Amino acid sequence: MIQRFLPLIVTMAVLVVGFLLCAAQFPNFASLRVVGNLLTDNAFVGIAAAGMTFVILSGGIDLSVGAVIGFTTVLLAVLIEQAGIHPMVAFALALIVGAGFGAAMGAVIHWFQMPPFIVTLAGMFIARGVSFVLTTDSLPINHPLYSDLNEVAWRFSGGGRLSLPAMLLLGVFALSMLLAHWTRFGANIYALGGNRHSAELMGVPVARTTVGVYALSGLLAGLAGIVFSLYTGAGYSLAATGVELDTITAVVIGGTQLTGGYGLVLGTFGGVLIQGLIQTYITFDGTMSSWWTKIAIGVLLFVFILLQKGLLAVWSDRDGDPAEA
Amino acid sequence: MSLSLSGSTRNLPQYGALVAVLLANWLLFPDFFSIRLQDGRLFGSLVDVMNRGAPVALLAIGMTMVIATRGVDLSVGAIMAISGAIAATMTQAGWGLSAVLAASLASGLLCGLWNGVLVAVLRIQPIIATLILMVAGRGIAQLVTEGQIVTFVSPDLAAIGSGSFLTVPMPVVLTVAMLGLTALLVRMTALGLMIESVGVNRLSSAYAGVNTPVILIAVYVWCGLCAAVAGLIVTADIRGADANNAGLWLELDAILAVVVGGTSLLGGRFGLLMSVVGAAILQAMNTGILLSGFKPEFNLIVKAAVLLVVLLAQSPALTTLLPRPRGAQPIKPHPVAPKRTTP
Amino acid sequence: MTHPHAPPLLAIRGLSKAFLGVQALDGVDFTLRHGEVHALLGENGAGKSTLIKTLTGVYQRDGGTIALCGEEIAPRSVEDAQRLNIGTVYQEVNLLPNLSVAENLFLGRQPMRFGLVDRAAMRRRARVILDGYGLSIDVAAPLQRFSVATQQIVAIARAVDMSAKVLILDEPTASLDAQEVAVLFDVMRGLKARGIGIVFVTHFLDQVYAVCDRITVLRNGRLVGERRAADLPRLDLVAMMLGRELEAASHRLAQPEEIDDSRPPLVRFQGFGKTRSVAPFDLDIRPGEVVGLAGLLGSGRTETARLAFGVDRADSGSVTVDGEKTQLRGPREAVRLGFGYCPEDRKKEGIVGALSVRENIILALQARQGWLKPIPRRRQQEIADRFIRLLDIRTPDAERPIQLLSGGNQQKALLARWLATEPRFLILDEPTRGIDVGAHAEIIRLIERLCADGMALLVVSSELEEIVAYSRRVIVLRDRHHVDVLRGEDVSVERIVASIASESPPSPVPPSPVAEVRP
Repeated sequence: MIQRFLPLIVTMAVLVVGFLLCAAQFPNFASLRVVGNLLTDNAFVGIAAAGMTFVILSGGIDLSVGAVIGFTTVLLAVLIEQAGIHPMVAFALALIVGAGFGAAMGAVIHWFQMPPFIVTLAGMFIARGVSFVLTTDSLPINHPLYSDLNEVAWRFSGGGRLSLPAMLLLGVFALSMLLAHWTRFGANIYALGGNRHSAELMGVPVARTTVGVYALSGLLAGLAGIVFSLYTGAGYSLAATGVELDTITAVVIGGTQLTGGYGLVLGTFGGVLIQGLIQTYITFDGTMSSWWTKIAIGVLLFVFILLQKGLLAVWSDRDGDPAEA
Repeated sequence: MSLSLSGSTRNLPQYGALVAVLLANWLLFPDFFSIRLQDGRLFGSLVDVMNRGAPVALLAIGMTMVIATRGVDLSVGAIMAISGAIAATMTQAGWGLSAVLAASLASGLLCGLWNGVLVAVLRIQPIIATLILMVAGRGIAQLVTEGQIVTFVSPDLAAIGSGSFLTVPMPVVLTVAMLGLTALLVRMTALGLMIESVGVNRLSSAYAGVNTPVILIAVYVWCGLCAAVAGLIVTADIRGADANNAGLWLELDAILAVVVGGTSLLGGRFGLLMSVVGAAILQAMNTGILLSGFKPEFNLIVKAAVLLVVLLAQSPALTTLLPRPRGAQPIKPHPVAPKRTTP
Repeated sequence: MTHPHAPPLLAIRGLSKAFLGVQALDGVDFTLRHGEVHALLGENGAGKSTLIKTLTGVYQRDGGTIALCGEEIAPRSVEDAQRLNIGTVYQEVNLLPNLSVAENLFLGRQPMRFGLVDRAAMRRRARVILDGYGLSIDVAAPLQRFSVATQQIVAIARAVDMSAKVLILDEPTASLDAQEVAVLFDVMRGLKARGIGIVFVTHFLDQVYAVCDRITVLRNGRLVGERRAADLPRLDLVAMMLGRELEAASHRLAQPEEIDDSRPPLVRFQGFGKTRSVAPFDLDIRPGEVVGLAGLLGSGRTETARLAFGVDRADSGSVTVDGEKTQLRGPREAVRLGFGYCPEDRKKEGIVGALSVRENIILALQARQGWLKPIPRRRQQEIADRFIRLLDIRTPDAERPIQLLSGGNQQKALLARWLATEPRFLILDEPTRGIDVGAHAEIIRLIERLCADGMALLVVSSELEEIVAYSRRVIVLRDRHHVDVLRGEDVSVERIVASIASESPPSPVPPSPVAEVRP
């Protein structure tokens, strides 16, 4: 049992130790306000990362999430401000478009047997391109619902608040864990990532699962786009550039194997927070430069990939020696 | 190997596409092919296409060989930023041109070595292995420039970006030189054969005695070097280093150029010249879109369309359905792992 | 359990299947009764796997009938076969190592509660099922934590729990040790008692006699015969499998008898072996000598060849080449020593498919020279043309991608790859497998010629008359041990068959010392 949870334990240990170090250094750090902000600031990355976790667990990758987030913000701005559609309707449309876009990529990946890397790269170009065509300016969204939604929060004593994006983040992760571990769809995703051929022989609906996984990622990227547009109050075609990298990194730091089949959704949550923590630390420090974030994340990425390699090697050694088991 | 007759007919689509794009540009702008000499340097839209396409063409040269080994290098954009940052920072600090060039190119080699070791020795999937440097590389570049946009005044270094040699813009000269040097290196030695062999079948190659790890490392090192040269050109051109934006997303353009050039993402046969032609096609399209008054943003959609079309043409699902020309039989993957009595 | 008048559990009659004109199955009959373990035996290309795949819906048959309990069936897919109660367990366990044992047992049919997977119920039921097989393991742990034997039992449990009447076990014992095999056999006997019919594919004759009631032997896509295990002597079984009428005298080619055994060998392996691959063996090979490796599939012959070329690293023993002790760290080292190796799996381990015949031929030579010393194009052309002529490789020109050539011509090009390096010691694993009759004869002539030229050869083949024809000595393998060395007059199909069939259990220590190794 310990092996399955070891990466998660390491991730969470890094998170906790990191938080304690920060708290030891900065007196104001260990507060609900900081935690609340950490969740709010990383909500959109986290929501997209949850989707990315499923894609990676299934043995694929989705490079289009950042572009889909950007596209969603633009779409919302255009729908709400220019077409005068009610935000709630616009949200629903954005989610449908996101899921449909993902499903289309999944279909191409499955039926044309093309590498996910390339198909979603094309998806990234398309999503960015279409949002550029819609507008290259940053369109502010002034609908009153936006300010109302931004006021929605669970306030703690001492100034901390759990904002709507933060709640959505927590909700998405709760539902994702349910989906991953308590549904047949979730089991099929793990099966696909473990060994596609075996999964097929065991009767896993490979086509349906592949399309579903990318649709889910697109849906969550759409939701992340909604959160991002709430957060910034604007639609901008360059929004969330490079977020696909942040999400992939969060998934890997969260202990999921990039080759698929192994990992836990909760780990990704830890991975998102570790990245956020590094950023918060650097903000708090004030003297440290922002580029250390990237370097630190790169180092973490390397360490976690090595850790996974090591674990996998230990496991397969055991495999090769049934006499010991 | 692309010298043989069958090779040149194989590349007909690429040349055709390039000619078509150029002709389209010419129809839109009768001036497109006009070239004038001014201050000892050539000017004109066509020259501009080549000049602007140079960084991606350079990246594509290195990327071609990486892809030929069934790999990919996502870090080339970040390597460009690092090499540019080193060049600008050192120049600003008063170092001479040769030291600047040496340090900048060495940084590219070192980055390539890192990638190569991860792929060949630690056997990490190329996408993942190079992702590390893609993420951390920009941070390293910013570390070098201390987060500033470092500008410099050095006519020597600036000449690499905006100067000319025998009237030809320097970036074009450097790209052609790099293409020539690379072609010489792979085709005059046995490297080209071994790269293709490792890309087609790593196991068979290893059993034939090919030193597969060394080949893989060499390919990533060279890719790093090409990226460093591209980074130098960009830095020299703008007389400064912007660690945040230098080479941003160019790795994707480079991959696209290689794919358009006809080198398969499944490894094997590669054409260096064809990848440069691929880069030229992309740049000519870009220029055409700009000239015709469309928003430059359309470029992304066009790129996506090109990517999909080229890939669909190579898709294993389609190739098994359609009859293939001679010599291009698809390799069907083994449906089941081979049986071996020992695990 | 058998009902005298009921139709047999499974009755296959006149089953035929061809691939691209090659008849893989030719009118094969096969009958499986309730509650029996039925061995399906045959060498490579016999048609076993085609039969199984037709039965499990992977292939569609060309002709013949399959009846399950008297009712004709035509499974179209694996799921289809599963619905018809035909379950299959393969050697490479087709389960998912990353999922838990319980998830593997219930994938796709998990117990649900309130629309969600009821994990507790799933674990509970998994424990109950595995208890029935005497397996009490942590069902929540990932499958990969358990031994292959345990995984096999889980796979069987899944297949049976999905209500299998017919259970096909395709080489389930290939990677198990003796104790694990015994456990598996207990499970099989338990299933048999429940009336399930088991088709058992294996290469281990001891196991056939230990657990099987009946034996069906196929050869070259045809039925050789069905016998009760108790009525079939081992020697006859091996003869049936290898297709040799024992009376037929085997034709031996002239051998260079003048080789002096006291001369120092070119290559000497001492105590060379690898755990779980092949037991330590001694082997000397002299220039101008062909040593044949004979044994059934899975007996360790391919493993021996891989060890000798350094593809797999030996974990015991030493190699001496030309009287000098040396290390065999990998293929590159072997190539440097003047070794060559044509692997059994030409496509995956031999040819570089998309490259030309010329490039494939010069690859090993070029690799040995290093990348800095390219072979000039003209010289490449000469080498390629010379070998194309010499070995009669049928290709329009040397520039044709090797994957477009026929199997026999690919094999010849691979031989050319090594001959171009002028090797001293050539290892050939099934050099004549899957190639047409003409090319077959040419390759055998070539082996003799190379031997006459003073090369040392180690040849693995399942074609006994072929081995007898060219080998000066034959090493017989059984159950991953080198068990016998035949030389001189003893090199005959009869002796090889007898040696393969002999019943002495493999010794845990290195086998009987090979004759010519004297202190």
